[in-house]
Amino acid sequence: MTEEVKRTPLEAAHLALGGKLVPFAGWLMPIQYTSILNEHAAVRNDVGIFDISHMGQFFVTGSASCAWLNRMLTNNVAKLGLGEGQYTLMLNSSGGVIDDLIVYRTGESTFLLVVNASMIDEDFSWLQEHLDDGIELRNESDQWAGMAVQGPNSAAIFQAIFPEDTLPPRNGFATTAAGAIVCRTGYTGEDGFEFFCPAEEGIAAWDKFLDAGAKPCGLGARDTLRLEMGYPLNGNDLSPNRTPIEAGLGFFVDLEKGDFTGREILASQKTGGTEVKLVGIQYLEKGAPPRSHYPVVSQTGNVIGEVASGVLSPTLMTGIAMAYLPSEFAKPGTLLSIDVRGKLCPAQVVKKPFLKKR
Amino acid sequence: MSKSIPTDLYYNPSHEWIRLEGDVATVGITDHAQAELTDVVYVELPSVGRVVDAGDPSAVVESVKAASDIYAPVSGEIVEVNPEVENDPSLVNTDPYGKGWIFKMLVKNPAEVDGMLSPEAYESHIS
Repeated sequence: MTEEVKRTPLEAAHLALGGKLVPFAGWLMPIQYTSILNEHAAVRNDVGIFDISHMGQFFVTGSASCAWLNRMLTNNVAKLGLGEGQYTLMLNSSGGVIDDLIVYRTGESTFLLVVNASMIDEDFSWLQEHLDDGIELRNESDQWAGMAVQGPNSAAIFQAIFPEDTLPPRNGFATTAAGAIVCRTGYTGEDGFEFFCPAEEGIAAWDKFLDAGAKPCGLGARDTLRLEMGYPLNGNDLSPNRTPIEAGLGFFVDLEKGDFTGREILASQKTGGTEVKLVGIQYLEKGAPPRSHYPVVSQTGNVIGEVASGVLSPTLMTGIAMAYLPSEFAKPGTLLSIDVRGKLCPAQVVKKPFLKKR
Repeated sequence: MSKSIPTDLYYNPSHEWIRLEGDVATVGITDHAQAELTDVVYVELPSVGRVVDAGDPSAVVESVKAASDIYAPVSGEIVEVNPEVENDPSLVNTDPYGKGWIFKMLVKNPAEVDGMLSPEAYESHIS
């Protein structure tokens, strides 16, 4: 299979920095520059920057766009004030997750959707198929360079570079005087923002953030950072066969707002419970890092699931993982083990996020 | 950045080195290999007494992103493992030819060592 890999507008910058590029979700992306552990620490303690140009941007306009989006997404779009954003999910008709995304209200009846790179085409087709008259949906994913600036010093960097502009509040959206989009969100658990500008201006913006002190970080650190927070990764922790209720994302589902795709199944799961739940698992002692597909084994020796995402947490220095397990094993404190190449690593179910701070 | 390749060692195309002292071979991974792996966060050591053939997966070195098998460069018996790398896996990164050694083996057939790569051959292998 020879599939064309896409290249981000920032590729030349990655190569100049010695970034190690690997295929991810159809894109050639930096997995790391020097060390995943150092890049991870930079975001936790200072400020790091990630290329997120691969992510998708859809713009929705039309007087009925809020009502239409509310039928396509799980969270309540109507609750968004101007310039506000929310995490939400797009489901198939059986309540399974097509994608998780953030929707921003950029005008009274205009919205920006930021979607996962791997799902741009599928999301767009799905939305197109269900489009209402009078709604315009534009896929501008290829026109924007994107970078996530993350870490306790991210706001200071923003102010240093854009003294005339104001960073929006948490989950908010703003446009800079120069026309770039700034969203106060991220995927790391730290304060930070996502910055989108026209693709051809990407490298200049990236260099400004680097000059101001942001350390370039790759997808490796992005994965360890998000997993420490228990944030799901679509494809690993979310799938068309799992609902947001099973994934523990009920907070982002509004069953009271009216009908939306998948609502009926979610409502019955919310009252009747689910057979499986996505749980957090943490090692009780030192062991080889848990990784995707490793079996999860009960105290009585039965395989009860497999690791969806797993890693050695760079902050906690212990193995952490998420797995869909039968609900009777979902209680924090439940003892189990993860089978690493035939060796059982003792672990227990813990509440997410793994990293408890602040 | 050129990677260090000591001249007193023998190498494998899969990036292990051995240091031969009598009929005991100390085994580790090369500077090139550790640089490719980056941050080593876990080393799974073999059991002492295990008998392995050349090419058998005999230890596992794990970075944040991947688990990599370490192959026995020659046949023999595992006679010692390095507890230091179990406690501090980053020794594999910081001192791959010294404190970052992984295990020692009693070499069964010294002729197998002759089949390994010289420092020069290994250098051209990775360049």
